[in-house]
Amino acid sequence: MSTRAASFRIDCSACLDATGKPIGKLPDFAEDANTLAALYGAMVRTRAFDAKAIALQRTGRLGTYGSSLGQEAIGVGVASAMRVEDVLLPSFREHGAQLWRGVTLEELFLYWGGDERGNDFAGPRRDFPVCIPVGTQFPHAAGVALAMVQRKESGVVVAMGGDGATSKGDFYEALNLVGAWDLPVVFVISNNQWAISVRRREQTGAQTLAQKAIAGGLPGAQVDGNDVIAVRAATERALAHARAGEGGSLIECLTYRLGDHTTADDASRYREDEEVSAHWKEEPLVRLRNLLVARHGWDKAKEEALLREVRAEVEAAADRYLAIEPAPRRAMFDHLHATLPPDLAALAEEAAGDG
Amino acid sequence: MAELTMIEAIRAALSHALETDPDVILFGEDIGIDGGVFRATDGLMQRFGSARVRDTPLSETVIAGMAVGAAAMGLRPVAEIQFSGFLYPALDQLVNHASRLRNRTRGRLTCPMVLRAPYGGGIRAPEHHSESPEAMLAHIPGLRVVIPGSPARAYGLLLAAIRDPDPVVFLEPKRIYRAVSEAVETDGAALPLDRAFLVAEGEDLTLVAWGAMLAVADEAVARLAEEGISAELIDLATIKPYDRVAVRASVAKTGRCVIVHEAALTTGFGAEIAADLAEHCLTHLIAPIRRVAGYDTVMPYLRLEAQYLPDTGRILRAAREVMEFT
Ligand SMILES: Cc1ncc(C[n+]2csc(CCOP(=O)(O)OP(=O)(O)O)c2C)c(N)n1
Ligand SMILES: [Mg+2]
Repeated sequence: MSTRAASFRIDCSACLDATGKPIGKLPDFAEDANTLAALYGAMVRTRAFDAKAIALQRTGRLGTYGSSLGQEAIGVGVASAMRVEDVLLPSFREHGAQLWRGVTLEELFLYWGGDERGNDFAGPRRDFPVCIPVGTQFPHAAGVALAMVQRKESGVVVAMGGDGATSKGDFYEALNLVGAWDLPVVFVISNNQWAISVRRREQTGAQTLAQKAIAGGLPGAQVDGNDVIAVRAATERALAHARAGEGGSLIECLTYRLGDHTTADDASRYREDEEVSAHWKEEPLVRLRNLLVARHGWDKAKEEALLREVRAEVEAAADRYLAIEPAPRRAMFDHLHATLPPDLAALAEEAAGDG
Repeated sequence: MAELTMIEAIRAALSHALETDPDVILFGEDIGIDGGVFRATDGLMQRFGSARVRDTPLSETVIAGMAVGAAAMGLRPVAEIQFSGFLYPALDQLVNHASRLRNRTRGRLTCPMVLRAPYGGGIRAPEHHSESPEAMLAHIPGLRVVIPGSPARAYGLLLAAIRDPDPVVFLEPKRIYRAVSEAVETDGAALPLDRAFLVAEGEDLTLVAWGAMLAVADEAVARLAEEGISAELIDLATIKPYDRVAVRASVAKTGRCVIVHEAALTTGFGAEIAADLAEHCLTHLIAPIRRVAGYDTVMPYLRLEAQYLPDTGRILRAAREVMEFT
């Protein structure tokens, strides 16, 4: 004899179809033209930044760079639901989230140009820098949340990672603790179907990534990650849940990596062009533009003005970045410790004499 | 004989091992259809099948731990860690299991595995992609740490590592993956582990280096020759257990030693070599031992990495100082 010990289900939410037609009633914020225009503008800005970053890399003026092409709705949707006092721990592909949170284009160029000063952004001072070792940001998120709870702050922590990151122990271990301690952490998984050359199905036998949260004792749900309205709505729900003291949760955003993994990658080695073209039909910008056109009088003139403005802003930021001289050799020692111990100070002197 | 770059020589060695030993299996992130991010395994999955050349999920812990288990059962896993900077989750497996399974079971279970990882700076890579962790790994008893210095040595040493009955971490200096090609006999002959290689013979000064620093040291040897200084260059190749005998013999002959490595100076592997020479070659030394190394800083992101990495100028200055010492 056996009885059902537990049962679960994973829902997937969406607000717009791929052509921008609403599926049911939209959330209140999505009735406001200015809000929608801001979300659209942020996605366009992210895409323009990506394009410029790749162009700079191709001409030797930026380091290896991973674009967020096709995934802009996730960063923008998530960040737009956050409050200033919340803390973001981004992976290396969430430029849209960082930009919305107030990191500047110039700071992002500087960082990806190979200069740690780009991480010393003026904007969200408590946000973490991008995380390069995959998945290692999730345990930090637990710690950030612990600090917030300890200090009776009302902030919520958002940690973002890819589908590949959900294979790491760091991810499961952080989920487990957040579930055990009811910490206010929202895990956002940008499931772009690929971890470099490894397909989502080769990454895990789990039917969804969202269900990985269930094992940690957190609610998990999927959302159409190319639908910025749905992403924002799902994030708002998760943040409200956490802010109400009800603990963390996980959002799996379904999307597709339209570009190469990074500028060091050649995706044609492992995936068909047809697969990529098929996914272009679902990319996030067009559907929101269609909604703006259908409901809010968006037109060619507005579109062109936006593109002009964004491109000029990106070009100006790139120019400012390119004018920044590399730091002197001595700068390597400047932030090793709060104050440089005498032994290291002597080494730093020697180093300065090396060239 | 084929002219091969280091990355081609590594691929040739992997290919030979897969061909000749059915127990050899390869796994790691993106090593299958993509052929590895540096193409070390390019074409191997297509040739040997995805049962023997496997993409893993993104987890260095499971890559290293699975290698331990498979090796204990008698397979010869050759696992890839995509960059040495992501090896740290695997350290638990290396320190607590791979390096001591033989010891713990008094030889009943062993661990004939190889963990390959590209390491080192100089390719304008992202943060965390350019470090040199050889000294940290060398401090694990029971583990071999091998770094090839040329295409031919990469071929022969990798085959030796795969055939070795114990665990080997094989760190590949990615900066020189494609820097030069040389004639490599791809006949399956291994080179000896635990032995240094004499790259240039000299009388006045011993230079000890490994990995990508060999090319830099080699240039210094040529420049010193122009100044009438005859420098001997040793490629340490196996970092642990290293060939003390060869280093001591060279220093006994020259009386002077400059050690070059990319990793940070303090407790870098150069410190071990210098200590051994101080203990055993004091009477032969006619000048202080010098180390030319990375600074005791975090490996800087790409805009400053050339300022961090030892270059010919720094080696020359150290060599001249040592030569002028009275
Ligand atoms: C721990 C670790 N292992 C390997 C890498 C190399 N690497 C960088 S990104 C990546 C794939 C990440 O896939 P996913 O989490 O799906 O994120 P995506 O790149 O698709 O945004 C790999 C293997 C790394 N940065 N960190
Ligand atoms: Mg992915």
